[in-house]
Amino acid sequence: MAKFNLNGRAISLQIDPTTPILWTLRDHIGLTGTKFGCGAALCGACTVHLNGSPIRACVTPVSAAEGGQVTTIEAIAQNRVGKAVQEAWIKHDVAQCGYCQSGQIMSATALLTQKNNPTDADIDAAMSGNICRCGTYQRIRAAIKDASRVLSQGV
Amino acid sequence: MDLSPSQTRRLSHSLLGVNVSKSFTEVQSAAVNRRAFLKLSVASGFALGAYSLMNPLAEAQTSTLVELKANQQPDAFLQISEDGTITVQVNRLDFGQGVSTGLPLVLAEELDADWSKVKSQLAPAAEAYKDPNFGLQMTGGSSALSNSWLQYRELGARARAMLIAAAAEQWKMNPATLRTENSMVIASNGKRANYAELATLAGRLPVPEKVALKNPKHFKLLGKPVSSLSARAKSDGSQQFGIDVKLPGMKIALVARGPVFGAKMKSMATSTAAKMPGVFAIFPTPLDRGAVGVAVVADTYWQAKQARDALKIEWDTDGLERLDSVKQLASYKALAATPGTKTTRQAYQPSVKRASRILDAEYTFPYLAHAPMEPLNATVNFTGEACEVWVGSQFQTIDQATVAKVLGLKPEQVKLNTLAAGGGFGRRAVPTADYIFEAAQIAKGLKIAGKPVPVKVMWSREDDIKGGYYRPAHVHRAQIALDESGRELLGWKHTVVGQSIISGTPFEAFMLKNGVDRTAIEGIVDTPYKLPLSLEVHHPKVNVPVLWWRSVGHTHTAFVMETLIDELAALAGEDPVAYRKRMLEARQGKNASRYIAALDLAVEKSGYGKKALPAGRAYGLAVHESFNSVVAYVVEASVKEGTPLLHKVTAGVHCNFCVNPRAVEAQVQGAVTMAIGLTLPEAAITFKDGVVEQSQFSDYQIARMSEVPDFAVHIVPSMDPPTGMGEPGLPPLAPAFANAIAKVTGKRLRSLPFDLQQLKT
Repeated sequence: MAKFNLNGRAISLQIDPTTPILWTLRDHIGLTGTKFGCGAALCGACTVHLNGSPIRACVTPVSAAEGGQVTTIEAIAQNRVGKAVQEAWIKHDVAQCGYCQSGQIMSATALLTQKNNPTDADIDAAMSGNICRCGTYQRIRAAIKDASRVLSQGV
Repeated sequence: MDLSPSQTRRLSHSLLGVNVSKSFTEVQSAAVNRRAFLKLSVASGFALGAYSLMNPLAEAQTSTLVELKANQQPDAFLQISEDGTITVQVNRLDFGQGVSTGLPLVLAEELDADWSKVKSQLAPAAEAYKDPNFGLQMTGGSSALSNSWLQYRELGARARAMLIAAAAEQWKMNPATLRTENSMVIASNGKRANYAELATLAGRLPVPEKVALKNPKHFKLLGKPVSSLSARAKSDGSQQFGIDVKLPGMKIALVARGPVFGAKMKSMATSTAAKMPGVFAIFPTPLDRGAVGVAVVADTYWQAKQARDALKIEWDTDGLERLDSVKQLASYKALAATPGTKTTRQAYQPSVKRASRILDAEYTFPYLAHAPMEPLNATVNFTGEACEVWVGSQFQTIDQATVAKVLGLKPEQVKLNTLAAGGGFGRRAVPTADYIFEAAQIAKGLKIAGKPVPVKVMWSREDDIKGGYYRPAHVHRAQIALDESGRELLGWKHTVVGQSIISGTPFEAFMLKNGVDRTAIEGIVDTPYKLPLSLEVHHPKVNVPVLWWRSVGHTHTAFVMETLIDELAALAGEDPVAYRKRMLEARQGKNASRYIAALDLAVEKSGYGKKALPAGRAYGLAVHESFNSVVAYVVEASVKEGTPLLHKVTAGVHCNFCVNPRAVEAQVQGAVTMAIGLTLPEAAITFKDGVVEQSQFSDYQIARMSEVPDFAVHIVPSMDPPTGMGEPGLPPLAPAFANAIAKVTGKRLRSLPFDLQQLKT
């Protein structure tokens, strides 16, 4: 049995506690916005927030979320920073295939929550664990900076 | 992919044994000279073509048109719903290149549609959605916008004419007095009706055989930056990919594959795995290229993965070549010194007496995995009489036929739905349809076992990196004889060694000429420069499946040619821009002016020749044409503690008329990033004892955020019909980067990935 809060909703599941959060979300709960890219915490496609911190859901067992709060891409816009990041992503037309972008947005939201005015080096450090095979990094960087501007203006 | 239309038409006949309509090239002519009628059988009304959208496979039996070809009929491509939403069917896979915005944009322009109400859908496998030139439903060769440009314009123009005719009939007016704007038909007296109101009537009217297309000067949507229609869905988690498909009762399958390509399961111990939670079935299953693996089917991916890890399998690898990359490189280099198959008439007979210098250069390139972010997957629901497939496929026609063959069905009994794919770069365009073949075999295995359930066959990242279908490894050797001034080239002997991508596939008959694979020499044999080229090729047979990889042969040929040209310019004591222009002008090839325009634009915008760079930093440049588009880069690079750094990239792009500058910029940015990845240490697939040595993003390098430079993309203005941009941004980046490093260090890098040892010594 696993109990945690997912996007503001109480979840209670009969599940092997070693099951990674990624597959708990995708195969057991049916929430597919969080993506499978490597299964080894190497690409960041599966990034979600556990108690506000970014984690790689593909290697984090659901037992680690027991009693905690999990936030996924589907609910990130409920958070002020997440909303600004998502809108910046749309404005900058960041996504190409789009597959990695849930994870990118989750990482960027975590970055801007921690540092509201990140430098290029901060962006490199926070985002280098998220691979984009289409190569959308230029626009990701621009969108993060734009979201940062919007947030600092208190819009 | 580099197929001529007639080649692929013949190919699709012979390869698939399915009904392929006759030449589609006539679509190039706007004059379809017989009347054709669109007959709607819609219950709901308001829809232009709702029938074929609801049941695309039924169209063959219920052919609604007398004369127009399936791919010229608006009804298969366009649906106008009651609320004014216009849904456009896209006859390609969208895997990031933006075609699901680009083609609707083209259609909407001629339709005068309200763009804010346009949506797009990826079309399933069906006759109407075959490429108008190739006669196959496929995505490759950066061909979508160029091949479907006229097609989608005409579709929009036909639908517009029908909507005007409907208004004219309703209002008893002369259609010639009506105009259209923003999804409205408007009369000179101010009377107006929106397309949604007119759609039902329009659908009952004749489809015009002849339509006037807009003068491009009057384009409202095309040529301006437009955001992707999927920008929001791809930012809020709602975009559905193949991997997200879920059907009632569906199981997940993984496949255990042998350690060496072609390995067959000899024996297996399944008792532990079979008892694990959620495990539904474990059985041997045929894989492509004659291999045999083991399918593990369970309720969830995690369960299937755990059970697969618990299997104990003995493999039969008798008689299979076990490749060793070190030995392969040595043997390729030895081969490059021996005569190969000649591909040019010119013999290498430099008047050696005059030759004061021979530039002798050897280049090496490794195998490369495509590694799209969405691991391969396909979902199959096989009931016995029919089958439905959900897959992000670049080769719908081939994949549909493959599934049909495995299951003993006719292609039309297989409904193949196209799902958005998380990247592909060629990996989803497989002549053997490997991963789809496997999925069909597993569905068949389940049926035979009396467990017929829908099944999604998934690949882990390790399966993907180790799974073959790589860009082939290559060695090039060039020997170039120069006169004493260094300005005149007296001879150029060039030998390419590498596996053929085409050999052994059904494409062989068309893309293999005198035993030489066109994809191995594209970018050399068609050089725009005046070179005394004597080109020879060796295609060794190796037990590694190989495949096209974004920009195919140009991934290596552009690097060789553009670094050599740069080196020759330096030997001649000429500026590399001036040298290239001299060689382009001397040859006067058909695209020389496009090369020069792209190069000049990049040079002008970069500051090259005008702006001095800080010490330790240098400009490097390259220009290359692939898939009919020309891209030039001027880059700024330096070397810090033996590591090459790319600071700035300025691109000059010639893709004729640019439909959507925002999308072109994205494709160039993406291609540059992928090309930077080619230069990184560990951007290589290598073999030891037949086993792939890499398995994950930890040992197979992909460019990351910190590697990306400042960037500016500039597009040469043109009104000529568009050429594609999915691939052409990739080839010239690595050579421009290497040329800048040569300027900084005096060292010519002759391999991808870059050999950093060379910079440290």
